[in-house]
Amino acid sequence: MPMTQWLRRAAFLVGGMLLLGGCEFTGLQSTLDPAGPIAQAQHDLLIWSYQLSWIVMIATFGVMAYVLIRFRRRRDDPDRIPAQFHGSAPLEIGLTIVPVLIVIAVAVPTVRTIFATETRVTPEAGDVIVNVTGYQWWWRFEYPELGVVTANELHIPAGRRVILNLDSADVLHSFWVPRLAGKRDLIPNQNNQLWIEAPDPGTYYGQCAELCLGAHAYMKFRVIAESDAEFEAWADSFQTVDSRAVQADPDVQQGYQLFATKGCTNCHTVQGYRDGSSVGTPDFPNLTNFGLRTTLAAGIVPNDRENLEAWLRDPQAVKPGNYMPALWQEDDPNADEEIAAIASYLLSLGAQSGPEAQASLGGSHGDR
Amino acid sequence: MAIGRQGTGSSPAAGLLQRPQGTSGIASWLTTVDHKRLGILYILTSMTFLGLASVEAFIIRLQLAAPNQQLVSPDVYNQLFTMHGLTMVFLAIMPLGTGFANYFVPLMIGARDLAFPRLNAFGYWIYALGGLFVYTSFFLGGAPDAGWFAYAPLTSLSNNPGNGIDFYMIGLFIGGIGTLVTAMNLIVTIFSMRAPGMTMMRMPVFVWMILVTAFLIIFAFPPLTVALFQVIMDRTFGTLFYVPSAGGLPILWQHLFWIFGHPEVYIIILPAFGVISEVIPTFSRKPLFGYPVMILSGIFIGFMGFAVWSHHMFTTGLGPVANTAFSLTSFVIGIPTGVKIFNWLGTMWGGAIRFATPMVYALAFLFMFVIGGITGIMLAMPPFDAQANSTYFVVAHFHYVMGGGALFAFLAGLYYWFPKMTGKMFSDRWALASFWFFFIGFNMIFMPQHFAGLMGMPRRIQTYDAGLGLEIWNLVSTAGTFVMGVGMIMIVLGFVHAFRSGEPAEDDPWDARTLEWSTSSPPPHHNFDEQPIATDRDAWWAKKYPDLAHADDGSAYEGIDFDAGGIHMPGQSWYPFLLSFAVFIGGYGVMYDNWPLAILMGLVVVASTYGWAFEGVGGHHVHPRSSAQEGAGD
Repeated sequence: MPMTQWLRRAAFLVGGMLLLGGCEFTGLQSTLDPAGPIAQAQHDLLIWSYQLSWIVMIATFGVMAYVLIRFRRRRDDPDRIPAQFHGSAPLEIGLTIVPVLIVIAVAVPTVRTIFATETRVTPEAGDVIVNVTGYQWWWRFEYPELGVVTANELHIPAGRRVILNLDSADVLHSFWVPRLAGKRDLIPNQNNQLWIEAPDPGTYYGQCAELCLGAHAYMKFRVIAESDAEFEAWADSFQTVDSRAVQADPDVQQGYQLFATKGCTNCHTVQGYRDGSSVGTPDFPNLTNFGLRTTLAAGIVPNDRENLEAWLRDPQAVKPGNYMPALWQEDDPNADEEIAAIASYLLSLGAQSGPEAQASLGGSHGDR
Repeated sequence: MAIGRQGTGSSPAAGLLQRPQGTSGIASWLTTVDHKRLGILYILTSMTFLGLASVEAFIIRLQLAAPNQQLVSPDVYNQLFTMHGLTMVFLAIMPLGTGFANYFVPLMIGARDLAFPRLNAFGYWIYALGGLFVYTSFFLGGAPDAGWFAYAPLTSLSNNPGNGIDFYMIGLFIGGIGTLVTAMNLIVTIFSMRAPGMTMMRMPVFVWMILVTAFLIIFAFPPLTVALFQVIMDRTFGTLFYVPSAGGLPILWQHLFWIFGHPEVYIIILPAFGVISEVIPTFSRKPLFGYPVMILSGIFIGFMGFAVWSHHMFTTGLGPVANTAFSLTSFVIGIPTGVKIFNWLGTMWGGAIRFATPMVYALAFLFMFVIGGITGIMLAMPPFDAQANSTYFVVAHFHYVMGGGALFAFLAGLYYWFPKMTGKMFSDRWALASFWFFFIGFNMIFMPQHFAGLMGMPRRIQTYDAGLGLEIWNLVSTAGTFVMGVGMIMIVLGFVHAFRSGEPAEDDPWDARTLEWSTSSPPPHHNFDEQPIATDRDAWWAKKYPDLAHADDGSAYEGIDFDAGGIHMPGQSWYPFLLSFAVFIGGYGVMYDNWPLAILMGLVVVASTYGWAFEGVGGHHVHPRSSAQEGAGD
């Protein structure tokens, strides 16, 4: 970058630091760029206290600078002993009142915002309810009213209140989507609640904010706000899902079978994988409609073929510390083909609603 | 003094081990009960731990210099920040304050030692060995990795099967004993061993703050001990306090930890306030402005420290009522703190300010503590805390308070008292040069972290993604570690050089105000040849400048020979070290379920306690006024 650009960048940064705003501070995960009512209220309070802080700092440091200059020891009179005064009751009382007033100025809007943002709400018509469960190191999102279970990507309808019931299956986690709402912890044996609302469609970044060891830094997620119609369509796709109605692509077909034979079904659920019975357990990421996900491995990388194959081949390389095993030995001659097949199958999940490529795999497949 | 009058008769050594008499060699340091030697040991040990924690911090910053780096594994990273926090809080900054208290409380109140010299030695050794215990974890399977506040259920055996957490729990359990006994020792000393004429309201503010701190320790450490004990029981004997699957409530740990942990913050910062309240008047050549208010606000801060613990838990879902309550109590603490800042400014107002190194550190403290205090008030707003909690904003905040606040204040104290402790003068120019590196580096590291946090960077992650706007802040922050590191090395070199070949220091190089400056530099083993008498608040100043003080005439004490029969100096003892060592080894016994070892060490503890109790008075008398008799036996 040329010098002038550096200087401009630096000026924007410093200006942003002083004002706590500006284009340098809009980020995908920035609390300074709120997009929902709760984050907005929290942001407003921050800005109010930040402005007050400037008054306090200018006053304090101003007096300090004045004192240090005015009352420094003079070279022409180094041995002067100043008047030995010990205090002044009126001044001290006055100076006690100043911090009291500042505290009141902060406390009043604080209490108002606490009750506006933290009061437990009861669901009303139009609200969407989601049970959020934190796991090391991914998120389970269950929509009890819609019969949808998914992982790591929380679809919500824009403009509607979404009530999140927060629970943890193991250690502490914290649900944090900075642009929508401040964090709330997920604590075992404790029912916490948080509500969020995104006025506009868009993708909002979230991340676990409480140390949970291992792959904690990689425990991310996305909140995807859509129009009502898009959201309904997304939820409906879970009702009509028939995973056996996958594309007639032989790759996909092979992947469908390998999904069971390589042991994926021991952990992962795919709704409708078999007639009348489910596979997997609820304590691992549910892969139903996996092809609709935009990201992989809890918001780490985009969900495309290349990343998915890398993930299947060596999960530890993509997300160090996670619990997913590597299913192929390094010298396994079939690895490439099988990984490609499973990736094809996974990416096809949720895409079956496309009319042209529908076909049934028939009942004989997938039986073991 | 009480000690001076008791034990005039000789008593036979009743213990198994002789009380050693030597004043040089390793044995004399292992057995010393001299508060000045123990103070120096405290300061050197805590500085060593500070160095270790700085190395850990340096690796952390290198790892975070750029996005998606793989310098250390997540597992090692977790150990590094856990040990960094644990070390800084428990093994570096808190004991640094204790070191100054050890050395200077007796000198400032005109006493010859702490009330219980052997207990003091025990307090030091158990702290040092407790710290060593925790650090051996690096060689014995891995350090604790659950953060310095070790939230349950991350510490349960199923979630954390290695020994790291045992090192944390048992190590703090051991170290906590030392902190507690030292607190009791200081309280008794301050209440009962002040010089004639030194009423409570004439005590130096540093002594007052140590007194408040000691009471905080006594009330704050028991809940921690309970919590540590619960986890030790969970991990060693299979109890279920923090096992969620058995119905355990992990939130209980947070309550117990923070009802200790918040007062702990004041246990660290109040002694720092005390140091600042000595340095600023001395270098302004004026008495402290509003002394009674300073004392009262210190007590008030200490008291309120027990009423704010849940502000560390605003995001745990306590509900709006509890969050409001704890938010308001936290705001209230801002009031006495603000008063303190005003009073320090008031002290300088109208003074003749000298910008010597201790004063420059004190001014840097003021600057950074105001910033840390402001972010503290911001974090006390639960709605903002919901965003900032567990992010780098909090990291920046508490480093401004603990580092820019407490550490800079203690460095002010170290420069202030270095001539007194060593009898050597340091180079002011070198010290000021190193200060600027240290100060600018510190702010380069931690100022950007506020913004990284606001931009959405959680703490305790070993990596972050590019594209979130976090790069520039982390890069500047890491660059700052090099600047601060240079400053740190320069500070150490400056002290080493001053200690080895500094100019001899005068007894009172700063024209200071309190009694430690009335004796020689370094002070003799018995501290004062003559029992000092306090006729005014700044007792030494009043003696030097009687026209400028409102002193009593002191005639009430005229003609009294306080040191009739000589000054009794307590004998050295092996038992404090032996007892601490047995607890230290016993810790490994408990950790590895090696019960024979644990029980054996338990027996050594009992035996050493017995030996300690019955080893007799020992010691000798010194007669400084007639040096011919000095050192004559009991």
